[in-house]
Amino acid sequence: MRALVAAAVAVGWIVPSSAAPPAGAAACSGCHAASTRVATPVARLAGRDPADIVKAMREFREGARPATVMDRIAKGFTDEEVQAIAAWYAGKR
Amino acid sequence: MNRREFLNSALAASTAMFAPAVIGQAAPRVVVVGGGFAGASCARALRNAGPRIAVTLVEASATFTACPFSNAVIAGLRELSAQQFTYERLIADGISLVRATASAIDAQARQVTLADGTRLPYDRLVLAPGIDIRWDALPGYGESVAERMPHAWKAGEQTLLLRRQLESMEDGGLVVISAPANPFRCPPGPYERASLIAHYLKARKPRSKLIVLDAKDAFSKQRLFQNAWTELYAGLLEWIPLSKGGKVISVDAATNTLATDFGRHRAAVANVIPPQKAGRIAEAAGVADRSGWCPVDPASFESKLQPGIHVIGDAAIAGAMPKSAFAANAQAKVCAEAMAVLLNGGVPSAPKMINTCYSLVSPDYGISVAGVYRPADGQLTEVPGSGGVSPVDAPRATRALEAAMAEGWFRTITGEVFG
Repeated sequence: MRALVAAAVAVGWIVPSSAAPPAGAAACSGCHAASTRVATPVARLAGRDPADIVKAMREFREGARPATVMDRIAKGFTDEEVQAIAAWYAGKR
Repeated sequence: MNRREFLNSALAASTAMFAPAVIGQAAPRVVVVGGGFAGASCARALRNAGPRIAVTLVEASATFTACPFSNAVIAGLRELSAQQFTYERLIADGISLVRATASAIDAQARQVTLADGTRLPYDRLVLAPGIDIRWDALPGYGESVAERMPHAWKAGEQTLLLRRQLESMEDGGLVVISAPANPFRCPPGPYERASLIAHYLKARKPRSKLIVLDAKDAFSKQRLFQNAWTELYAGLLEWIPLSKGGKVISVDAATNTLATDFGRHRAAVANVIPPQKAGRIAEAAGVADRSGWCPVDPASFESKLQPGIHVIGDAAIAGAMPKSAFAANAQAKVCAEAMAVLLNGGVPSAPKMINTCYSLVSPDYGISVAGVYRPADGQLTEVPGSGGVSPVDAPRATRALEAAMAEGWFRTITGEVFG
Protein backbone atom coordinates (compact mmCIF):
# COMPACT_ATOMS: atom_id res chain seq x y z
CA MET A 1 0.00 0.00 0.00
CA ARG A 2 2.75 2.42 0.94
CA ALA A 3 4.58 1.62 -2.32
CA LEU A 4 1.38 2.27 -4.21
CA VAL A 5 0.95 5.68 -2.58
CA ALA A 6 4.59 6.53 -3.26
CA ALA A 7 4.18 5.53 -6.89
CA ALA A 8 1.02 7.59 -7.19
CA VAL A 9 2.83 10.62 -5.82
CA ALA A 10 5.80 9.97 -8.14
CA VAL A 11 3.64 9.92 -11.27
CA GLY A 12 0.94 12.18 -9.89
CA TRP A 13 0.08 15.23 -11.90
CA ILE A 14 0.20 17.42 -8.82
CA VAL A 15 3.79 17.82 -7.72
CA PRO A 16 3.87 19.30 -4.22
CA SER A 17 6.13 22.36 -4.12
CA SER A 18 7.27 21.37 -0.64
CA ALA A 19 6.08 19.00 2.04
CA ALA A 20 2.46 19.70 2.96
CA PRO A 21 2.25 21.67 6.22
CA PRO A 22 1.61 19.48 9.27
CA ALA A 23 -1.72 19.75 11.10
CA GLY A 24 -1.91 23.14 12.79
CA ALA A 25 0.95 24.82 10.95
CA ALA A 26 -1.41 26.46 8.50
CA ALA A 27 -3.20 28.16 11.37
CA CYS A 28 0.01 29.23 13.16
CA SER A 29 0.89 31.20 10.04
CA GLY A 30 -2.15 33.41 10.60
CA CYS A 31 0.07 35.31 13.07
CA HIS A 32 3.56 33.88 12.51
CA ALA A 33 4.15 34.44 8.81
CA ALA A 34 5.48 31.42 6.90
CA SER A 35 7.55 33.82 4.81
CA THR A 36 10.27 36.19 6.03
CA ARG A 37 8.87 38.76 3.54
CA VAL A 38 6.13 39.86 5.94
CA ALA A 39 7.12 42.56 8.44
CA THR A 40 5.43 42.07 11.83
CA PRO A 41 6.02 42.54 15.56
CA VAL A 42 4.87 38.94 16.15
CA ALA A 43 7.77 36.53 16.89
CA ARG A 44 9.31 35.25 13.65
CA LEU A 45 9.28 31.46 13.35
CA ALA A 46 10.26 31.06 9.67
CA GLY A 47 13.83 29.77 9.48
CA ARG A 48 14.13 29.40 13.26
CA ASP A 49 15.89 26.54 15.05
CA PRO A 50 13.12 23.96 15.71
CA ALA A 51 14.50 23.29 19.21
CA ASP A 52 13.71 26.92 20.17
CA ILE A 53 10.09 26.57 19.06
CA VAL A 54 9.63 23.22 20.84
CA LYS A 55 11.09 24.66 24.06
CA ALA A 56 8.96 27.80 23.88
CA MET A 57 5.77 25.84 23.28
CA ARG A 58 6.48 23.53 26.22
CA GLU A 59 7.07 26.55 28.49
CA PHE A 60 3.91 28.28 27.24
CA ARG A 61 1.91 25.13 27.99
CA GLU A 62 3.37 24.85 31.48
CA GLY A 63 2.86 28.56 32.21
CA ALA A 64 6.62 29.00 32.61
CA ARG A 65 6.88 31.69 29.93
CA PRO A 66 5.08 35.07 29.82
CA ALA A 67 2.33 35.05 27.21
CA THR A 68 -0.64 36.88 25.80
CA VAL A 69 -2.41 34.17 23.77
CA MET A 70 0.27 31.49 23.35
CA ASP A 71 -0.35 29.88 26.75
CA ARG A 72 -3.95 29.22 25.68
CA ILE A 73 -3.00 28.00 22.19
CA ALA A 74 -0.05 25.80 23.24
CA LYS A 75 -2.38 23.69 25.40
CA GLY A 76 -4.11 22.54 22.20
CA PHE A 77 -1.03 20.85 20.71
CA THR A 78 0.88 17.66 21.54
CA ASP A 79 4.69 17.44 21.61
CA GLU A 80 4.64 15.48 18.34
CA GLU A 81 2.52 18.13 16.61
CA VAL A 82 4.77 20.91 17.88
CA GLN A 83 7.88 19.08 16.64
CA ALA A 84 6.37 18.68 13.16
CA ILE A 85 5.30 22.34 13.05
CA ALA A 86 8.74 23.49 14.25
CA ALA A 87 10.48 21.41 11.57
CA TRP A 88 8.16 22.86 8.92
CA TYR A 89 8.92 26.46 9.99
CA ALA A 90 12.67 25.71 10.06
CA GLY A 91 12.53 25.03 6.33
CA LYS A 92 10.80 28.36 5.53
CA ARG A 93 12.71 31.43 4.35
CA MET B 1 -2.09 39.43 -39.51
CA ASN B 2 -5.62 40.27 -40.61
CA ARG B 3 -8.43 41.14 -38.26
CA ARG B 4 -9.82 37.61 -38.09
CA GLU B 5 -6.42 36.07 -37.37
CA PHE B 6 -5.83 38.65 -34.69
CA LEU B 7 -9.17 37.93 -33.02
CA ASN B 8 -8.53 34.18 -33.16
CA SER B 9 -5.15 34.46 -31.55
CA ALA B 10 -6.53 36.85 -28.91
CA LEU B 11 -9.30 34.36 -28.20
CA ALA B 12 -6.80 31.52 -27.93
CA ALA B 13 -4.68 33.57 -25.54
CA SER B 14 -7.64 34.44 -23.34
CA THR B 15 -8.81 30.81 -23.29
CA ALA B 16 -5.32 29.74 -22.33
CA MET B 17 -5.57 31.90 -19.22
CA PHE B 18 -8.40 29.77 -17.90
CA ALA B 19 -7.18 26.35 -19.09
CA PRO B 20 -3.43 26.25 -19.53
CA ALA B 21 -2.45 23.89 -22.31
CA VAL B 22 -0.58 21.00 -20.76
CA ILE B 23 1.06 18.15 -22.62
CA GLY B 24 -0.40 14.90 -21.37
CA GLN B 25 -3.03 15.27 -18.64
CA ALA B 26 -4.94 18.51 -18.36
CA ALA B 27 -4.19 20.57 -15.28
CA PRO B 28 -7.01 20.44 -12.72
CA ARG B 29 -9.06 23.62 -12.52
CA VAL B 30 -10.15 25.23 -9.27
CA VAL B 31 -12.41 28.26 -9.31
CA VAL B 32 -12.63 30.36 -6.13
CA VAL B 33 -15.61 32.70 -5.81
CA GLY B 34 -15.02 35.62 -3.43
CA GLY B 35 -11.78 37.52 -2.78
CA GLY B 36 -12.02 38.19 0.95
CA PHE B 37 -9.87 36.68 3.69
CA ALA B 38 -11.19 33.19 2.93
CA GLY B 39 -11.18 33.23 -0.87
CA ALA B 40 -7.97 35.17 -1.48
CA SER B 41 -6.13 33.07 1.15
CA CYS B 42 -7.38 29.88 -0.50
CA ALA B 43 -6.39 30.96 -4.02
CA ARG B 44 -2.92 31.78 -2.78
CA ALA B 45 -2.56 28.61 -0.69
CA LEU B 46 -3.58 26.57 -3.74
CA ARG B 47 -0.57 27.93 -5.65
CA ASN B 48 1.62 26.32 -2.97
CA ALA B 49 -0.44 23.18 -2.38
CA GLY B 50 -0.58 22.21 -6.05
CA PRO B 51 1.46 24.36 -8.42
CA ARG B 52 -0.07 22.64 -11.46
CA ILE B 53 -3.62 23.50 -10.43
CA ALA B 54 -5.08 26.30 -12.58
CA VAL B 55 -6.56 28.74 -10.07
CA THR B 56 -9.18 31.31 -11.06
CA LEU B 57 -10.44 33.87 -8.55
CA VAL B 58 -13.83 35.45 -9.26
CA GLU B 59 -14.26 38.79 -7.50
CA ALA B 60 -16.30 41.82 -8.55
CA SER B 61 -14.34 44.48 -6.63
CA ALA B 62 -10.91 45.74 -7.66
CA THR B 63 -10.20 46.59 -4.02
CA PHE B 64 -10.78 44.51 -0.91
CA THR B 65 -11.83 46.43 2.21
CA ALA B 66 -11.07 44.49 5.40
CA CYS B 67 -13.53 44.42 8.30
CA PRO B 68 -11.07 43.79 11.18
CA PHE B 69 -10.03 47.23 12.52
CA SER B 70 -12.86 48.93 10.62
CA ASN B 71 -14.37 49.80 14.03
CA ALA B 72 -11.29 51.99 14.53
CA VAL B 73 -12.14 53.75 11.27
CA ILE B 74 -15.67 54.44 12.56
CA ALA B 75 -14.20 55.95 15.74
CA GLY B 76 -11.84 58.19 13.73
CA LEU B 77 -8.71 56.35 14.88
CA ARG B 78 -7.73 55.06 11.46
CA GLU B 79 -8.33 55.81 7.79
CA LEU B 80 -10.27 53.46 5.53
CA SER B 81 -7.28 53.31 3.15
CA ALA B 82 -5.42 51.30 5.84
CA GLN B 83 -8.14 48.64 5.38
CA GLN B 84 -7.83 48.39 1.61
CA PHE B 85 -5.87 45.91 -0.45
CA THR B 86 -5.60 44.97 -4.14
CA TYR B 87 -5.12 41.67 -5.93
CA GLU B 88 -1.93 42.56 -7.85
CA ARG B 89 0.28 40.15 -5.92
CA LEU B 90 -2.19 37.31 -6.44
CA ILE B 91 -2.13 37.93 -10.20
CA ALA B 92 1.68 37.98 -10.06
CA ASP B 93 1.51 34.56 -8.36
CA GLY B 94 -0.22 33.14 -11.43
CA ILE B 95 -3.81 33.34 -10.20
CA SER B 96 -6.29 34.30 -12.96
CA LEU B 97 -8.43 37.11 -11.58
CA VAL B 98 -11.86 37.47 -13.17
CA ARG B 99 -13.51 40.78 -12.25
CA ALA B 100 -17.12 39.66 -12.23
CA THR B 101 -20.03 38.54 -10.09
CA ALA B 102 -20.88 34.83 -10.09
CA SER B 103 -24.61 34.60 -10.70
CA ALA B 104 -25.24 30.83 -10.90
CA ILE B 105 -23.57 27.50 -10.23
CA ASP B 106 -24.34 24.27 -12.06
CA ALA B 107 -23.06 21.61 -9.66
CA GLN B 108 -23.82 18.76 -12.10
CA ALA B 109 -22.05 20.32 -15.10
CA ARG B 110 -19.41 21.81 -12.76
CA GLN B 111 -19.68 25.31 -14.18
CA VAL B 112 -19.85 28.81 -12.72
CA THR B 113 -21.95 31.28 -14.68
CA LEU B 114 -20.92 34.93 -14.42
CA ALA B 115 -23.29 37.90 -14.58
CA ASP B 116 -22.40 38.50 -18.26
CA GLY B 117 -23.22 34.87 -19.17
CA THR B 118 -19.61 33.64 -19.35
CA ARG B 119 -19.18 30.10 -18.03
CA LEU B 120 -16.15 28.91 -16.10
CA PRO B 121 -15.73 25.12 -15.90
CA TYR B 122 -14.13 23.70 -12.76
CA ASP B 123 -12.98 20.41 -11.29
CA ARG B 124 -13.46 21.76 -7.77
CA LEU B 125 -15.15 24.97 -6.69
CA VAL B 126 -14.57 27.07 -3.59
CA LEU B 127 -17.31 29.41 -2.44
CA ALA B 128 -16.13 32.13 -0.08
CA PRO B 129 -18.99 34.61 -0.38
CA GLY B 130 -18.91 35.96 3.17
CA ILE B 131 -22.21 37.26 4.48
CA ASP B 132 -25.31 38.87 3.11
CA ILE B 133 -27.72 40.93 5.18
CA ARG B 134 -31.13 39.30 5.70
CA TRP B 135 -33.00 42.40 4.59
CA ASP B 136 -36.38 40.86 5.33
CA ALA B 137 -35.57 39.80 8.91
CA LEU B 138 -36.14 43.13 10.67
CA PRO B 139 -39.42 44.99 9.98
CA GLY B 140 -38.75 48.53 8.78
CA TYR B 141 -35.18 47.79 7.77
CA GLY B 142 -33.97 47.37 4.19
CA GLU B 143 -31.31 48.29 1.67
CA SER B 144 -32.44 51.91 1.30
CA VAL B 145 -32.93 52.32 5.06
CA ALA B 146 -29.28 51.29 5.54
CA GLU B 147 -28.37 54.65 3.97
CA ARG B 148 -30.01 56.33 6.98
CA MET B 149 -29.39 53.66 9.64
CA PRO B 150 -26.09 52.06 8.56
CA HIS B 151 -25.19 48.48 9.41
CA ALA B 152 -21.47 49.04 8.63
CA TRP B 153 -21.09 45.24 8.80
CA LYS B 154 -19.42 45.10 5.40
CA ALA B 155 -16.48 47.49 5.43
CA GLY B 156 -16.41 50.34 2.93
CA GLU B 157 -18.95 53.09 2.27
CA GLN B 158 -21.12 51.93 5.19
CA THR B 159 -18.13 52.31 7.54
CA LEU B 160 -17.57 55.89 6.38
CA LEU B 161 -21.28 56.69 6.59
CA LEU B 162 -21.46 55.68 10.25
CA ARG B 163 -18.29 57.66 10.98
CA ARG B 164 -19.70 60.80 9.32
CA GLN B 165 -22.94 60.48 11.28
CA LEU B 166 -21.00 60.31 14.55
CA GLU B 167 -18.83 63.26 13.53
CA SER B 168 -21.80 65.44 12.67
CA MET B 169 -23.81 64.48 15.77
CA GLU B 170 -24.11 67.17 18.42
CA ASP B 171 -22.70 66.64 21.90
CA GLY B 172 -25.43 65.12 24.05
CA GLY B 173 -26.83 62.90 21.31
CA LEU B 174 -27.97 59.31 21.74
CA VAL B 175 -26.16 56.61 19.77
CA VAL B 176 -27.88 53.21 19.55
CA ILE B 177 -26.29 49.99 18.32
CA SER B 178 -28.50 46.94 17.81
CA ALA B 179 -26.71 43.58 17.97
CA PRO B 180 -28.23 40.44 16.40
CA ALA B 181 -28.77 36.94 17.75
CA ASN B 182 -26.17 34.25 16.96
CA PRO B 183 -24.73 33.30 14.54
CA PHE B 184 -23.33 36.36 12.81
CA ARG B 185 -20.03 37.67 11.42
CA CYS B 186 -17.46 38.61 14.07
CA PRO B 187 -19.07 37.71 17.44
CA PRO B 188 -17.12 40.30 19.51
CA GLY B 189 -17.51 42.96 16.79
CA PRO B 190 -20.57 44.84 18.10
CA TYR B 191 -18.95 45.19 21.54
CA GLU B 192 -15.61 46.37 20.16
CA ARG B 193 -17.57 48.87 18.09
CA ALA B 194 -19.50 50.06 21.15
CA SER B 195 -16.20 50.42 23.03
CA LEU B 196 -14.46 52.48 20.36
CA ILE B 197 -17.49 54.69 19.73
CA ALA B 198 -17.64 55.27 23.51
CA HIS B 199 -13.94 56.17 23.37
CA TYR B 200 -14.73 58.74 20.67
CA LEU B 201 -17.71 60.16 22.55
CA LYS B 202 -15.80 60.39 25.84
CA ALA B 203 -13.07 62.44 24.16
CA ARG B 204 -15.15 64.54 21.76
CA LYS B 205 -18.80 64.54 22.85
CA PRO B 206 -18.80 63.66 26.55
CA ARG B 207 -22.46 64.55 27.23
CA SER B 208 -23.59 61.91 24.74
CA LYS B 209 -24.82 58.41 25.52
CA LEU B 210 -24.45 55.03 23.85
CA ILE B 211 -26.95 52.19 24.24
CA VAL B 212 -26.39 48.66 22.92
CA LEU B 213 -29.69 46.86 22.34
CA ASP B 214 -28.89 43.15 22.22
CA ALA B 215 -30.92 40.16 20.99
CA LYS B 216 -28.76 37.98 23.30
CA ASP B 217 -28.12 37.61 27.02
CA ALA B 218 -24.46 36.69 26.58
CA PHE B 219 -21.67 37.58 24.18
CA SER B 220 -18.03 36.96 23.33
CA LYS B 221 -15.43 38.13 25.93
CA GLN B 222 -18.38 39.53 27.91
CA ARG B 223 -16.75 39.83 31.33
CA LEU B 224 -13.63 41.46 29.88
CA PHE B 225 -15.69 43.96 27.92
CA GLN B 226 -17.98 44.77 30.84
CA ASN B 227 -15.09 45.23 33.28
CA ALA B 228 -13.39 47.56 30.82
CA TRP B 229 -16.64 49.50 30.26
CA THR B 230 -16.97 50.06 34.01
CA GLU B 231 -13.37 51.18 34.16
CA LEU B 232 -13.38 53.42 31.06
CA TYR B 233 -16.92 54.33 30.05
CA ALA B 234 -19.07 54.31 33.21
CA GLY B 235 -22.27 56.32 32.70
CA LEU B 236 -21.66 56.61 28.99
CA LEU B 237 -22.22 53.08 27.66
CA GLU B 238 -25.23 50.96 28.59
CA TRP B 239 -25.78 47.36 27.42
CA ILE B 240 -29.37 46.11 27.43
CA PRO B 241 -29.61 42.31 27.05
CA LEU B 242 -32.48 40.27 25.61
CA SER B 243 -33.94 39.53 29.05
CA LYS B 244 -34.14 43.25 29.85
CA GLY B 245 -35.88 44.09 26.60
CA GLY B 246 -32.83 44.48 24.36
CA LYS B 247 -34.14 42.73 21.27
CA VAL B 248 -34.97 45.17 18.48
CA ILE B 249 -38.21 44.06 16.79
CA SER B 250 -38.60 46.87 14.28
CA VAL B 251 -37.04 50.13 13.16
CA ASP B 252 -38.53 53.34 11.79
CA ALA B 253 -36.22 55.17 9.43
CA ALA B 254 -38.36 58.33 9.33
CA THR B 255 -37.76 59.01 13.03
CA ASN B 256 -34.49 57.03 13.42
CA THR B 257 -36.22 54.95 16.07
CA LEU B 258 -35.53 51.38 17.20
CA ALA B 259 -38.42 49.54 18.88
CA THR B 260 -38.21 46.68 21.39
CA ASP B 261 -41.00 44.89 23.26
CA PHE B 262 -40.24 47.23 26.19
CA GLY B 263 -39.99 50.61 24.52
CA ARG B 264 -38.73 52.85 21.77
CA HIS B 265 -35.31 54.44 21.41
CA ARG B 266 -35.10 57.52 19.22
CA ALA B 267 -31.46 57.83 18.19
CA ALA B 268 -29.33 60.64 16.86
CA VAL B 269 -27.19 57.91 15.30
CA ALA B 270 -28.57 54.39 14.82
CA ASN B 271 -26.26 51.53 13.88
CA VAL B 272 -28.42 48.52 13.04
CA ILE B 273 -26.40 45.30 12.86
CA PRO B 274 -29.04 43.06 11.29
CA PRO B 275 -29.40 39.27 11.10
CA GLN B 276 -27.22 37.71 8.40
CA LYS B 277 -26.85 34.66 6.16
CA ALA B 278 -24.26 33.20 3.79
CA GLY B 279 -23.52 35.32 0.72
CA ARG B 280 -26.14 35.05 -2.02
CA ILE B 281 -24.27 32.65 -4.33
CA ALA B 282 -24.33 29.97 -1.59
CA GLU B 283 -28.10 29.73 -1.83
CA ALA B 284 -27.97 29.78 -5.66
CA ALA B 285 -25.46 26.91 -5.59
CA GLY B 286 -27.64 24.85 -3.25
CA VAL B 287 -24.99 24.66 -0.52
CA ALA B 288 -26.91 26.67 2.12
CA ASP B 289 -29.36 24.86 4.39
CA ARG B 290 -32.54 26.27 5.94
CA SER B 291 -30.50 28.21 8.48
CA GLY B 292 -29.06 30.27 5.60
CA TRP B 293 -25.53 28.96 6.30
CA CYS B 294 -23.54 26.13 4.70
CA PRO B 295 -22.90 22.73 6.32
CA VAL B 296 -19.44 21.36 5.44
CA ASP B 297 -17.15 18.41 6.09
CA PRO B 298 -14.79 19.51 8.90
CA ALA B 299 -11.65 18.08 7.28
CA SER B 300 -12.04 19.27 3.68
CA PHE B 301 -14.73 21.99 3.90
CA GLU B 302 -16.53 20.19 1.08
CA SER B 303 -20.24 20.96 1.14
CA LYS B 304 -22.44 18.32 2.74
CA LEU B 305 -25.12 19.23 0.18
CA GLN B 306 -23.20 19.47 -3.13
CA PRO B 307 -20.11 17.35 -3.88
CA GLY B 308 -17.22 19.15 -5.56
CA ILE B 309 -18.08 22.48 -3.92
CA HIS B 310 -16.17 23.66 -0.85
CA VAL B 311 -17.39 26.48 1.41
CA ILE B 312 -15.03 28.43 3.68
CA GLY B 313 -15.11 31.53 5.84
CA ASP B 314 -18.15 33.28 7.30
CA ALA B 315 -20.59 31.41 5.02
CA ALA B 316 -19.66 27.98 6.40
CA ILE B 317 -21.08 26.24 9.47
CA ALA B 318 -17.72 25.52 11.09
CA GLY B 319 -18.87 24.11 14.44
CA ALA B 320 -17.11 25.81 17.32
CA MET B 321 -15.02 28.05 15.05
CA PRO B 322 -16.32 31.62 14.99
CA LYS B 323 -16.97 33.68 11.86
CA SER B 324 -13.69 35.61 11.91
CA ALA B 325 -11.00 36.64 9.43
CA PHE B 326 -8.48 34.52 11.34
CA ALA B 327 -10.71 31.44 11.09
CA ALA B 328 -11.42 32.15 7.40
CA ASN B 329 -7.68 32.26 6.67
CA ALA B 330 -7.02 29.03 8.59
CA GLN B 331 -9.92 27.25 6.88
CA ALA B 332 -8.72 28.49 3.48
CA LYS B 333 -5.29 26.92 3.92
CA VAL B 334 -6.75 23.63 5.18
CA CYS B 335 -9.24 23.60 2.28
CA ALA B 336 -6.47 24.25 -0.27
CA GLU B 337 -4.38 21.35 1.02
CA ALA B 338 -7.44 19.09 1.12
CA MET B 339 -8.38 19.97 -2.47
CA ALA B 340 -4.86 19.23 -3.70
CA VAL B 341 -5.07 15.81 -2.02
CA LEU B 342 -8.59 15.13 -3.37
CA LEU B 343 -7.61 16.16 -6.92
CA ASN B 344 -4.79 13.65 -6.64
CA GLY B 345 -7.21 10.89 -5.60
CA GLY B 346 -6.21 10.91 -1.94
CA VAL B 347 -8.05 11.35 1.35
CA PRO B 348 -7.41 14.57 3.32
CA SER B 349 -5.96 14.12 6.80
CA ALA B 350 -7.61 15.57 9.88
CA PRO B 351 -6.67 19.24 10.26
CA LYS B 352 -6.01 21.25 13.38
CA MET B 353 -6.90 24.91 13.30
CA ILE B 354 -6.49 27.96 15.48
CA ASN B 355 -8.56 31.07 15.92
CA THR B 356 -7.42 34.21 17.67
CA CYS B 357 -9.62 37.31 17.81
CA TYR B 358 -8.41 40.53 19.33
CA SER B 359 -10.76 43.34 20.26
CA LEU B 360 -9.83 46.90 21.15
CA VAL B 361 -11.69 48.41 24.09
CA SER B 362 -9.66 51.58 23.59
CA PRO B 363 -6.65 52.21 21.32
CA ASP B 364 -4.19 50.84 23.90
CA TYR B 365 -6.46 48.31 25.62
CA GLY B 366 -6.71 44.98 23.80
CA ILE B 367 -8.41 41.72 24.83
CA SER B 368 -8.48 38.40 23.04
CA VAL B 369 -10.13 35.03 22.68
CA ALA B 370 -8.23 32.06 21.27
CA GLY B 371 -9.18 28.50 20.42
CA VAL B 372 -7.71 25.32 18.92
CA TYR B 373 -10.06 23.15 16.85
CA ARG B 374 -10.11 19.70 15.27
CA PRO B 375 -12.80 17.49 13.74
CA ALA B 376 -14.68 15.29 16.22
CA ASP B 377 -18.01 13.53 15.59
CA GLY B 378 -18.35 15.19 12.20
CA GLN B 379 -17.83 18.77 13.28
CA LEU B 380 -15.12 21.17 14.33
CA THR B 381 -14.76 21.01 18.09
CA GLU B 382 -12.48 22.79 20.55
CA VAL B 383 -9.53 20.78 21.82
CA PRO B 384 -10.35 20.26 25.54
CA GLY B 385 -8.20 22.27 27.93
CA SER B 386 -7.04 24.74 25.27
CA GLY B 387 -8.13 28.23 24.33
CA GLY B 388 -10.02 30.84 26.31
CA VAL B 389 -10.01 34.58 26.85
CA SER B 390 -7.47 37.04 28.26
CA PRO B 391 -7.10 36.89 32.06
CA VAL B 392 -9.68 39.03 33.88
CA ASP B 393 -7.05 40.41 36.28
CA ALA B 394 -4.31 41.24 33.76
CA PRO B 395 -2.40 44.52 34.28
CA ARG B 396 -2.80 47.41 31.83
CA ALA B 397 0.63 46.58 30.37
CA THR B 398 -0.80 43.26 29.16
CA ARG B 399 -3.81 45.04 27.65
CA ALA B 400 -1.45 47.40 25.83
CA LEU B 401 0.61 44.44 24.58
CA GLU B 402 -2.53 42.74 23.28
CA ALA B 403 -3.51 45.94 21.46
CA ALA B 404 -0.07 45.92 19.80
CA MET B 405 -0.45 42.22 18.96
CA ALA B 406 -3.80 42.94 17.35
CA GLU B 407 -2.12 45.38 14.98
CA GLY B 408 0.68 42.87 14.38
CA TRP B 409 -1.81 40.16 13.51
CA PHE B 410 -3.55 42.43 11.02
CA ARG B 411 -0.26 43.27 9.33
CA THR B 412 0.78 39.61 9.14
CA ILE B 413 -2.48 38.27 7.79
CA THR B 414 -2.98 41.01 5.22
CA GLY B 415 0.69 40.67 4.19
CA GLU B 416 0.26 36.92 3.78
CA VAL B 417 -2.97 37.17 1.85
CA PHE B 418 -2.53 40.30 -0.27
CA GLY B 419 1.15 41.36 0.06
